[in-house]
Amino acid sequence: MSLPLIRADFPALGTQVYGKALVYLDNAATAQRPSSVIACQKALAEASNANIHRAVHRLAVEATDAYERARDRVKSFLNAAAREEIVFTSGATQAVNLVAFSYGQVFVNEGDEIVVSVAEHHSNIVPWQMLCERKKARLKVLDIREDGLLHPEDLEKLLSSRTKIVAISHISNVLGLVNPLAELISVCHRKGVPVLIDGAQGIVHAPVDVQALDCDFYVFSGHKIYAATGTGVLYGKRRWLEAMPPYMGGGEMIETVKFSGTTYAPLPMKFEAGTQNFNAVPAWVPALDCALRLREDEAVKKEQASILAFVYAKLTEDKRITLYGKGLEHKVPVFSFAVKGAHHEDLALILDKMGIAVRSGQMCAEPLMDRLGVTGLLRASFAPYNTLEEAEYFVICLDKAIEMLV
Amino acid sequence: MTLEEKKQSIVEDFSLYEEWLDKYEYLIELGKSLAPFPEEKKTEERLIKGCQSRVWLDSEQKDGKLYFTADSDAIITRGIISLLVSVYSGRTPGEIAGDDFGFVEEIGLKENLSPTRANGLVSMIERIKQIATDSSLRSE
Repeated sequence: MSLPLIRADFPALGTQVYGKALVYLDNAATAQRPSSVIACQKALAEASNANIHRAVHRLAVEATDAYERARDRVKSFLNAAAREEIVFTSGATQAVNLVAFSYGQVFVNEGDEIVVSVAEHHSNIVPWQMLCERKKARLKVLDIREDGLLHPEDLEKLLSSRTKIVAISHISNVLGLVNPLAELISVCHRKGVPVLIDGAQGIVHAPVDVQALDCDFYVFSGHKIYAATGTGVLYGKRRWLEAMPPYMGGGEMIETVKFSGTTYAPLPMKFEAGTQNFNAVPAWVPALDCALRLREDEAVKKEQASILAFVYAKLTEDKRITLYGKGLEHKVPVFSFAVKGAHHEDLALILDKMGIAVRSGQMCAEPLMDRLGVTGLLRASFAPYNTLEEAEYFVICLDKAIEMLV
Repeated sequence: MTLEEKKQSIVEDFSLYEEWLDKYEYLIELGKSLAPFPEEKKTEERLIKGCQSRVWLDSEQKDGKLYFTADSDAIITRGIISLLVSVYSGRTPGEIAGDDFGFVEEIGLKENLSPTRANGLVSMIERIKQIATDSSLRSE
């Protein structure tokens, strides 16, 4: 499909800011939603608004069907072995918290160790720190190498007989590099250590087959991959999920409730306490249809490759700019960089007035910023609906902004 | 110039620029010309933490008036600081504590700089007010 046609399907891309056409390059923070996703939520609100799973009336049945169809769609998208392995959460953050709490409750004890990487988003650090505090366990940090990647050999050295879980990202939200997951996971599995993959960025840029990867947990948010905000997915291997206690207690997650003792519902309901986001979850279906369509579209592939090559070349050629996350081989179009003599906040403010939405600051990765020796960076992150023309406009505007400041 | 006159003159200065980029050019110029702030004064107590840019604010009281000096690592924020310092330095604590800082909104800074998180504008104003309130309480 042609890029203009694809873009027309995302209403927000037609927005004007300060009288200029919006150039949206903050896709790593949240992606814009296609009409099909917006329409799905609207239709549910208008025609099938009912609480799921319990009632027998018509609307409730429709709402439940829509909700459970989304689970099947996510299952096939990830190639999970069973639909019971797909747990809906409010986002990637809640998914990590769920695992940190429930897995940690059973499998982590005093003196045990948990490994995270230095390049993690705060959402894949803080829940583990909280678990360590609760269980008097130790958090160990896997460093990146000069190439910005996590290396299996380094991870192997960090693992010990006390290591209970490793939590690392598929693609860092700052560096935009695809980590060698298969090798990292197999190093852990050789020592019997399960692995959680933070796929918040990974799911957007790379096909994910959880069975081929053999990861134990894979988490991601809906809003970064065109689905509704407030939705997320926890994929977990059945044997882990079966062994983990519920994360929250409440409605839906029970089998029977007695004051003498309560028994819990089977998977996946055990982890879905309380009224679920039944108006938003069904939108996973059109969202993932869209993701797949964009991923396989020849015009999009061509444009994405051009954007990646063009922006990468421009940012690495420019002596004023330091790009973090180098190496085209592993790169996705997420570019974080510093400009000599110009503060990232100033650059973002000026670009905003030129109609360009970029992110500036620590990007929820303060330990990585410290590791890189910066107080923050500017990040331009592209989505399949962005065009080379937008990339060119961004580079021109960036140059102007630098000229104004330096 | 009285406090009111000073604020009015800034609002008028800003009204000369129609385009936001021109307003930024002006703020950048102001930021560049802000008096230097000694490195040793950049302490934790003087730091106002915004999300992205750091701001340091210092004050002293002379003859019943407050004098502010400040700095930031971001230049547009330095420009805003320069405005605030030029308006509120040399005023009595009572004058500052009683002011509504409305001129910041009048020149459109507040809505256009997403002050809630992105920069320390609101925190800066709060800190200036706090210093003024504390000083007027002490002098009573």
